[in-house]
Amino acid sequence: MSAADINAKAARFLERRDLGQWSQADQAELDTWLNESASHTAAFWRLEAVWQDADRLSALRSFKPQTATPEPRREIWPILRRAVAAAVVVAATGSAGAYYLFQPEGERYSTPLGGREVITLFDGSQVELNTDTQVRIAPAKRMAWVEKGEAYFQIKHDAAHPFVVSVGDHRIVDLGTKFVVRDEPGRLEVSLVEGRARVEQLNNAAKTAVLSPGDVAVATANEISVTKKTEKHLASELGWRRGVLTFDYTSLADAVAEFNRYNQKKIVLAPGAPKHLTMVGTFPINDVELFGRVAQLVLKVHVVNKGDKVVISR
Amino acid sequence: MGETFEFNRSGKPQTSGAAMAAADLKQWFVREVLPLEALLMHFLHQNWRNKTEIEDLRQDVYAQVLEAAKAGIPEKPKAFVITTARNLLIDRIRHNQVVPIDAVNDLDELNIAIDQPGPDRSVIARDVLRRLQAAIDLLPPRAREAVLLRRVEGLSRREIAERMGVSENTVSDHITAGMRALADIYLGEAAELRRTP
Repeated sequence: MSAADINAKAARFLERRDLGQWSQADQAELDTWLNESASHTAAFWRLEAVWQDADRLSALRSFKPQTATPEPRREIWPILRRAVAAAVVVAATGSAGAYYLFQPEGERYSTPLGGREVITLFDGSQVELNTDTQVRIAPAKRMAWVEKGEAYFQIKHDAAHPFVVSVGDHRIVDLGTKFVVRDEPGRLEVSLVEGRARVEQLNNAAKTAVLSPGDVAVATANEISVTKKTEKHLASELGWRRGVLTFDYTSLADAVAEFNRYNQKKIVLAPGAPKHLTMVGTFPINDVELFGRVAQLVLKVHVVNKGDKVVISR
Repeated sequence: MGETFEFNRSGKPQTSGAAMAAADLKQWFVREVLPLEALLMHFLHQNWRNKTEIEDLRQDVYAQVLEAAKAGIPEKPKAFVITTARNLLIDRIRHNQVVPIDAVNDLDELNIAIDQPGPDRSVIARDVLRRLQAAIDLLPPRAREAVLLRRVEGLSRREIAERMGVSENTVSDHITAGMRALADIYLGEAAELRRTP
């Protein structure tokens, strides 16, 4: 018997014992098989040990497999009327006068903290807004402006009319594309998932980068740098579209910052907390308490739930 | 090789008693040998060209290790496992005349740093949940769903079948596939998943 056959048989026994009916006759059958060779024994013990270790996953009891219940809490708050949108902009910029003098083009959409929103344009293109995000879209002109936050663009290509996304003094010109734009203070990040796109700085033709899939461009006031990320990594970064955060050797500090982007209930790192310890795993985006419990288990930190916040200390 | 370990003819005193109790043998195998799987797989991949044979080789190494340990638990599990693997590769080449000359990259290079101390046990324990999560993330989607429903939610086979909208037989298939993939990832890739400082 090949190793694959032996392992398959060992797994069958283990599955039957764990999930099915298990009689004395079954146990006798297993014992006989195990005694036939050391190879059988090794295969069974190996699978059994890992399967038992997997029991620790029950620590994540409230973790729902995404495929079974694809229902992350969504607080969608589309703002479709200009009047309301204006109020939001005023609040955001604090300059009401400026707004009325230069009424910006396009329809404005925004999401609150923890929100997510999909906007489908008439040509089938889609713009998906992440938490705490504000965009304007002028579909007929094939233009959009990201004023704050993060958005995922799936653009139906039209060679004659490229779709242009403006962020501050940078523009992303779609050449048939799926891409993510994340606007942070002083920093713009554009990740290309599919197709091609060009990132350029206004008034400075020299500052231009053409992206192919997997490329991540980071633009600051002075330069645009491009790095490559794996498909898996990009998929992780887009976890918010499925309501999850995926960490891959992410430091505690960065993981906490990510959670705080989405939730009213903030996680606070006390002085001396081991913020450089790294984590691997996938979490529901809105379950701050679960994250706290896992951090406590895995990183051996102290986690105190104080109602309106979660404090992590050494 | 700096050191050779010939476990069957070792002059060193073995642990007392002739035959190991099965429970002790199992405990030793699970605690001392299985955590070396990442190292073993690295060694096999480094030194054997035909990747389709790796699973068989791993299985044979484990069988030989268990068989030998029945006579007495080896003192240095890491050296013991790697030496067993090395001898197995050499045997394979000797007994199989049609093996291409480059089946093994370079037998003299089979010297792996077997005396390096492994991560201490507390670090391993702390890493278990993290590594499990990472391994779970890498499972095929249907197997992952079935494994999570079983191991996290504690659902029965029938409940899992209802949740996934498949037959109970299909659930069994997903679970067994998940068990095997989980073991391969969790044990075999542990080195890569080890915590970064």
